[in-house]
Amino acid sequence: MPDMRFLPAGDSAMVVEFGKTIEDELNRKVHAMSHWIEAKKIPGVIEIIPTFRSLMVCYDYHVIKFARLKEILEQFNTALSNAEKSIKKIRKVPCCYGARFGVDLADMEKITGIDRDEIIRIHSSIDYKIYMLGFLPGFVYLGGLDKRLEAPRLKTPRLKIQPGAVGIGGSQTGVYPIASPGGWRLIGGTPLDFYNPDRENPILCEAGEYIRFVPVNIDEYYDIRHMVLKGTYQPEIEEIPDESKENGGGE
Amino acid sequence: MMGMKILFAGSLSTVQDKGRFGYQKSGIGTSGVMDYEAYETANYLVGNEHDEAVIEATLFGPTIQFDEDCICAVTGADMGIKLDEVLVEMYQPFRIMAGQTLSMGMAVNGCRSYIAFMGGIDVPVIMNSRSTNLKCHFGGYEGRALKNGDELKIGKNVVSDEEVAKILARKAKKVHYDTDVKLRVVEGPQEDYFTEKGKKTFYGSSYEISVDSDRMGFRLDGPEIENVNGVDIVSDGIALGAIQVPSGGKPIILLADRQTTGGYAKIGTVCRVDLSKLVQLKPKDKVRFVKISVEEAQKL
Repeated sequence: MPDMRFLPAGDSAMVVEFGKTIEDELNRKVHAMSHWIEAKKIPGVIEIIPTFRSLMVCYDYHVIKFARLKEILEQFNTALSNAEKSIKKIRKVPCCYGARFGVDLADMEKITGIDRDEIIRIHSSIDYKIYMLGFLPGFVYLGGLDKRLEAPRLKTPRLKIQPGAVGIGGSQTGVYPIASPGGWRLIGGTPLDFYNPDRENPILCEAGEYIRFVPVNIDEYYDIRHMVLKGTYQPEIEEIPDESKENGGGE
Repeated sequence: MMGMKILFAGSLSTVQDKGRFGYQKSGIGTSGVMDYEAYETANYLVGNEHDEAVIEATLFGPTIQFDEDCICAVTGADMGIKLDEVLVEMYQPFRIMAGQTLSMGMAVNGCRSYIAFMGGIDVPVIMNSRSTNLKCHFGGYEGRALKNGDELKIGKNVVSDEEVAKILARKAKKVHYDTDVKLRVVEGPQEDYFTEKGKKTFYGSSYEISVDSDRMGFRLDGPEIENVNGVDIVSDGIALGAIQVPSGGKPIILLADRQTTGGYAKIGTVCRVDLSKLVQLKPKDKVRFVKISVEEAQKL
C-alpha cells in the first residue's frame, strides 16, 4: 500500500505526502492520486496542487472536515491499480536552437565540451517528464536532462528573458512561459505559448505528461509562430504505452 | 466615460474578487481580496448576490469621480470616506450621484478598505475571476494596480426601486481592528523541521509586522525560530495563511498573492477565521500565535 502521510496545512488544505525526495515513482503516485481525486469529484474539494512528491488538496471545511476527507483519500490505494492508465503522453515542442534565441549556445559548448550539433541532438532526444508546474504560470519543472548538458546558472541573472526561451539551469531544463528575469543559459526558443491568458485553456501543459523538443529552423519557427498567433496551430501529441512502469503503479 | 474615474489612486488600490481558483496546479496564484470578511460584508451591503469585484484600498484610499449614479458601500479599514467633502458612514450603503466625488484618506483603524458598488466593478473575467494578479500582470484593471486617470465601469444590476430601497436600509456592524492580535494556528505540515525550543519560541513570543509586508506575505520581526537541520524542503504547495520559516528563523505568513509552491518548511497555518484581523494590521503592529488542532479550527 502506498506510504501516505496526511498532514493538515491549516483548516482548509491537506497535504498528502508520498515521500520527501524527487523520484519518478513518487511523482507518478502524486499524479495518479491527483487524477483519482479529480475524477471522484468529492464535494467540498476546491482544487489540488500536485508537486514533486506530495499534493495539496484545498477544501471547504464547511462542507467536509479533515477526518472525513482523510478517510476518503485513504481509499486511494485500492483504486490505483484498477484506474491507473499506462499511456505516456508526449507533447512535441518545436524549438529553434541557436539563432537569436539560443544566445548561450556558444558558452554551452565551452562548459560541456560538446559541440552544438551534439548538444541539440542530446537535448531533443529525451522525453522530459513534467513533474509539476509552479513559479510562473505554466512554468514546467522537467525531469530527465542528460547529465552531460548540466550547466551552472548565470552568475548574474538576466533582467528580462523573452517568453518561449528554452534554457538549462543546473540539472534542469525548461521554457520561460512569460517575460521574466532569469538565470538559465538559453539554448533556443519555442514558437508555442506555454501560457496565454487569452486562450480558452491558458496553460499548455499538464503535470504528468512528457515534453520532447523537436529542432526546427528559423523559417519553420516563424511559420509555426504565425499559426500560433492565428490560432490555427495543431499541437502534436504522441501517445505510447508507458514502458517505464513496471508493475502497474501499485506497491 | 460611463462609470468612474480614478482622480487619485491612493497607495495601492486594486480590483479584486474572492480569488482565482483551479489554476494553482499550473503555477497561477489565487490573488483575491486580503480581508474576505470585509469583502463579503461590502458586497452584501450593496445587494450583490454573487462574488462581485470590488476595489481593495491599502493604507491610503483613492479619490474617485463618478459620472453615473450608483450605490456604494465601504467596509474594512476606516479611511474617513467623504462624498463631496461630506463625511459618509461606513458599513452602510449610500447613493452616489453623477458628478460627485468620493474621497478617502489615511487608514486610522485597520489597513485595507473595500469599496463595493451595486453591480460590481465591470472588468473582464479571466480564468473565472476578476482579481488582479499583480505578479503576472493580468486580471483586474489591465493587470495592474489602479493609477490616476483610470476609468472603471460599474456592472449592470437590474433591481426594482422597491428592492433598492430595501438594500439602502441595510446595515452591518462596524469592525474594530486591534493592533496586537492573537492568531490561532494549526501546526504543520512541516513542524517536525523545528526543535522543541524553536516551537516554544514561536508560540511564546510576540512578533512585529515588518515594513516589508505586502499582499504576498507578512514578514515578522522577533525571536528566531530554531530548526533541527535546515529548513529546505522539496517544494510543495502553500496554503493561504501558511507560516514559512526561512533559515534566518523569522517567520513569513503567506497571503493572497503568495506563490503556489515553495521550498521552505512551514511550521503552521493561520486559521481562516483569524485572517481578517491579521491582514488589517499595519507595520509595527503585533501578533502572537496559539496552537489549536485542525478539528478545533474547523469548528470556529
